[in-house]
Amino acid sequence: MSLSRKTAVVGVYEHPTRFAPDKSMYQIMAESIRGALDDAGLTIKDVDGICAAGMGMSAMGIVGFCDYMNLTPNFMDSTNIGGASFVAHTAHAAAAIHAGLCNVAVVAYGSTAASARVAIGTGGGGAGGDPCDQYELPYGPTTVGAYAMIAQRHMHEYGTRPEQLAEIAVTMRYHASLNPVAKYREPITVDDVLASRIISSPLHLLDCCIISDGGGAVVVTSAERARDLKKKPVYILGVGETVRHAARGQRDFLEIAAAQSGRLAFERAGVTHKDIDMAMIYDSFTITVLTTLENLGFCQRGEGGDFVTGGRLRYDGELPLNTDGGGLSSNHPGMRGIFLVIEAVKQLRGECGPRQVKDCKIALAHGTGGALGTRHSGATLIMTNQ
Amino acid sequence: MPQEKEARTYRKPLPHIDEEMRPWWEALQRHELYVQKCRDCGDLRFHPRALCPSCLSPRTEWLRAKGTGKIYTFTTTYQNQASGFRDSLPYTLAWVELDEGLKLLTNIVDCSPEQVRINMPVEAVFDDVTPEVTLLKFRPAR
Repeated sequence: MSLSRKTAVVGVYEHPTRFAPDKSMYQIMAESIRGALDDAGLTIKDVDGICAAGMGMSAMGIVGFCDYMNLTPNFMDSTNIGGASFVAHTAHAAAAIHAGLCNVAVVAYGSTAASARVAIGTGGGGAGGDPCDQYELPYGPTTVGAYAMIAQRHMHEYGTRPEQLAEIAVTMRYHASLNPVAKYREPITVDDVLASRIISSPLHLLDCCIISDGGGAVVVTSAERARDLKKKPVYILGVGETVRHAARGQRDFLEIAAAQSGRLAFERAGVTHKDIDMAMIYDSFTITVLTTLENLGFCQRGEGGDFVTGGRLRYDGELPLNTDGGGLSSNHPGMRGIFLVIEAVKQLRGECGPRQVKDCKIALAHGTGGALGTRHSGATLIMTNQ
Repeated sequence: MPQEKEARTYRKPLPHIDEEMRPWWEALQRHELYVQKCRDCGDLRFHPRALCPSCLSPRTEWLRAKGTGKIYTFTTTYQNQASGFRDSLPYTLAWVELDEGLKLLTNIVDCSPEQVRINMPVEAVFDDVTPEVTLLKFRPAR
């Protein structure tokens, strides 16, 4: 029972705010939902499915959010697998719609991470309640530290160089310069990245994503319903999700969740890497992009350093990547998976102005949640406008 | 009492030790390191848990580990806002691969950050951070 082309993303909205001390997380979510429904030509009365998760939500937060929105949906999903959650939610919404559990589902996220001064990457590193935490938190793992250990190992195994990672940050900043709502738009150079201070070796400040406020929403419905709505539908072709962790002490740390979720999404979509016109890859850190590209199969393991250089990832390059400027420069309100879906949809609709990828027909979004160097989730989504 | 004073002044996170993991932590207090081996399928595992995740057998053997290994990967942390770590920057976090083949997260101590290398041979250090808790750390092998 293939999901391919059975459902479509029909509305998206990226909240333009990057700093909103005057708003609550729920207000940002509600404003995002209003924006995405307007974009689709639907109203809140049409919504019978809701997917949401957030750093500020409690374990039963989805119920409180339905209270806030006065929703009584037929389908709910508050799976929280970190920043990948909203890529996974979009897939779950598609599956639920295809299975007849609901008709119109909204995926929403909002956060005031910046105005609340949350130390996302350099805080204590987790809530601490799980068995694995007891063997890790006493040693001071940070999010950036966990990714840094992946970078260190990659450099050791394959000779990957800091300037290769830096070029990813430079490309994202270039894209941000073309995005009017991006938080940091001033171009940077490889030397700027290498001259920024080391946060956790070998990662520099400019290898790390920014912290902003923000939010967004995505509306999913059946392909049949999508045909009558305001915007050209963006069909969901294939999805995949999984996790990688310490593997009872026996993990190969450079093999990440994307290897499995990507393989599933490509198989289910019936497309190959050559068919992908642009990709949205979670860029919590520069190394996240490099290892994700390898594990998704865009290049061989160990070849990522060369692959990300030479302008290949620019919006006019061979594999346009994170054309909004990514988490490295545009926005990163704690979890950013929702923006991967939103920008991919905008590209497939041709709505991206100066950063528009030419002839964009098929796009891939891959979210990573948690930390590559301890445990993480991965969710892959392949979509088309055809 | 000096012990209570010590417990109050140690400001880094401490493990919540439940019955499933208590034998491992008690061994550390004796400055001994153990890993688990499944008596049915032979799979080795860390961290300790009641059932073998490979075959779900509850029949477990505790193997005394040599306490030596090598650094699989590491990072030196220059920024951590969390209580306790903020005052002890920089420090080195590492995944160490034990000679038994299992990787665990730890700190590298008794060594300047500049000297740390992947594949560096290391040996266990048992750090009695409070009267109730001993942490397993590693230093360059002597």
